[in-house]
Amino acid sequence: MALDRWIGLVLLGVCLVYGYAAWFTMDDMLAPFMRRNPIWPSTFPKVLSILGIIASLVIVTGLEKGEQKIGDIDYRRLWDYNLGQAVLLLALMVAYALLLRPAGFLVSTSGFLILGALILGERRILLTVLIAAIATGVVWYLVQVVLGIFLRPLPFFFGG
Amino acid sequence: MLEGLLIGLQTALSIQNLLMVIGGCLIGTFIGMLPGLGPMSIIAIMIPVAISMGDPSAALILLAGVYYGAIFGGSTSSILLNAPGVAGTVASSFDGFPMARQGKAGKALTIAAIASFAGGTIGAILLMVFAPILSSVALLFHSAEYFALMVVGLSAIAAFAGTGQVAKALLMTILGLIMATVGEGALFNMPRFTMGLMDLQSGFGFITLAMAMFALPEALFLVLKPRDAKESDGDIKDLRITRAEARAIAPVIGRQSIQGFFIGVLPGAGATIASFLGYAVERNIATKEEQDEFGKGSIKGLAAPETANNAACTGSFVPLLTLGIPGSGTTAILLGALIALNVTPGPRLMIDEPQIFWAVIMSMFIGNLVLLILNLPLIPYIAKVLSIPRNFLIPFILFFTLMGAYIGQNNATELLLLVGFGICATILRFADYPLAPLLIGFILGGMLENNFARSMQLYDGVSFIWERPMTLGLLIVAAILIILPSYRARRARIRASGVADGD
Repeated sequence: MALDRWIGLVLLGVCLVYGYAAWFTMDDMLAPFMRRNPIWPSTFPKVLSILGIIASLVIVTGLEKGEQKIGDIDYRRLWDYNLGQAVLLLALMVAYALLLRPAGFLVSTSGFLILGALILGERRILLTVLIAAIATGVVWYLVQVVLGIFLRPLPFFFGG
Repeated sequence: MLEGLLIGLQTALSIQNLLMVIGGCLIGTFIGMLPGLGPMSIIAIMIPVAISMGDPSAALILLAGVYYGAIFGGSTSSILLNAPGVAGTVASSFDGFPMARQGKAGKALTIAAIASFAGGTIGAILLMVFAPILSSVALLFHSAEYFALMVVGLSAIAAFAGTGQVAKALLMTILGLIMATVGEGALFNMPRFTMGLMDLQSGFGFITLAMAMFALPEALFLVLKPRDAKESDGDIKDLRITRAEARAIAPVIGRQSIQGFFIGVLPGAGATIASFLGYAVERNIATKEEQDEFGKGSIKGLAAPETANNAACTGSFVPLLTLGIPGSGTTAILLGALIALNVTPGPRLMIDEPQIFWAVIMSMFIGNLVLLILNLPLIPYIAKVLSIPRNFLIPFILFFTLMGAYIGQNNATELLLLVGFGICATILRFADYPLAPLLIGFILGGMLENNFARSMQLYDGVSFIWERPMTLGLLIVAAILIILPSYRARRARIRASGVADGD
């Protein structure tokens, strides 16, 4: 089974769970006066869940046949690409998300830019650090001072 | 109309807004040139900046400038490197890249710039003429018709998805609608599908989703498969086009501006379809010897998609500004930005806030002119920007997607959602699922449900569907739009397999 049909199956599961939540769990919480309404909060989700189930079934069963074409990247040969770099970068993004608040903007952002370049194979450390530092400073200035959105610049133990 | 034009000129010609256009065009051109960042991603990145300006006309003017710049920038990379960063500029590389390889890169870029300018300007004139008509029709619309119209828009998006893709595009649209129901609805004060998580109380962030659907997968694709950036040796000569060449492309530009505009008006068709269709039409009506040139560096083959592309981008503003329905992923993002700025595009926009409507139209003219003036002298230098090392480019793209999501909500959980959705979107792209319908569904979902709920309450049931002929008609159109492409694909397949179809 091709990947698009597997995805169809996963999405079918999503629609089923969504449908279960819409059909069986939402209406009990409704206040009595709202029950007189012609439309309930669950009405639209109910319709959507049915449509979603139909659409994903069409894909899973392969009713609509399109020509199999290989896009920019052939996922069957994923290992031939720079998969390691991509996974590392995603992990770096997660780390950034978790560290942004505790470590402060300046540390985490320059760290992100430096490590990101290193992961991609950059070896000119000094240049990388310089570019990352300048970019971080400029972005922080733009966001904090020009746009006026608060970004904690320093790690939490500096109290910023 | 004249009065409106003057209002628009007054707003658009203020120093601040002029700077916005120029800045937007420059930013758009430079970022748009980088392969992998299309207008959608760039506008998504610029939204936090635009929103924080607070003035809706200035924000829209900035974003329109970015939009035009990005489209032109995208054609640059597809002409110079055969690396179209955007689907809409793929057709430009058919003839643009062969020209660049023949050492006529300068001429190709000049033709692209002129064709874009003409397409955009003629498109803006058509917008000026037709938008008021369309919007006066739109004033007759009721919430039931709005609901039906949005269904038409959503199904048109699915219908234009291409053969064998209709079910996928539909499923993506429905998924977008499903995601829009997460959080508290406007009509019911009750959290839905939040799974008890406080962070989902207000629903998914629109910028987070936009970044996750477009910018992040593009960046990951660049990581996975570095595009072999063939060095064009930088000598860009032969900038001028001759009089004979100008005469040859003039009718092409004229035809494609009009055709592209009207394709752009259709929700869901957009610049990609317009550019491919423009290329195909011009190829078919060209003379025999010109036809052989197509694909090997024909100036007509470059001018046609470039013009159609830009005219369609202008055309896609018609449904956005007059009906509040985005015709493409980019205008969907613009709609999100407008709503964040407390402007609801729709039939009342021209009556309630004419200065916004006309300022946008004027900024289209100014933006196109600025683009032409800025870009013609810049063309020799433009190629150099493409050589930013990938090692620095990709971390910056990722960082900007993170920043975009974080600044919007000031919530670190959004960043985790962004990465999660980004991975999902990348997998979906592997399997050739279109992602724009998901975002359009997400954005239209709330409005769709509200209008549906309102008409349900007014009619105390679903009777509005058959009691209002216009609603019924629109819903029938929607059904046809979904069924027709799969029917035609099926028939084409049967015919291809050698079975006669009765005639």
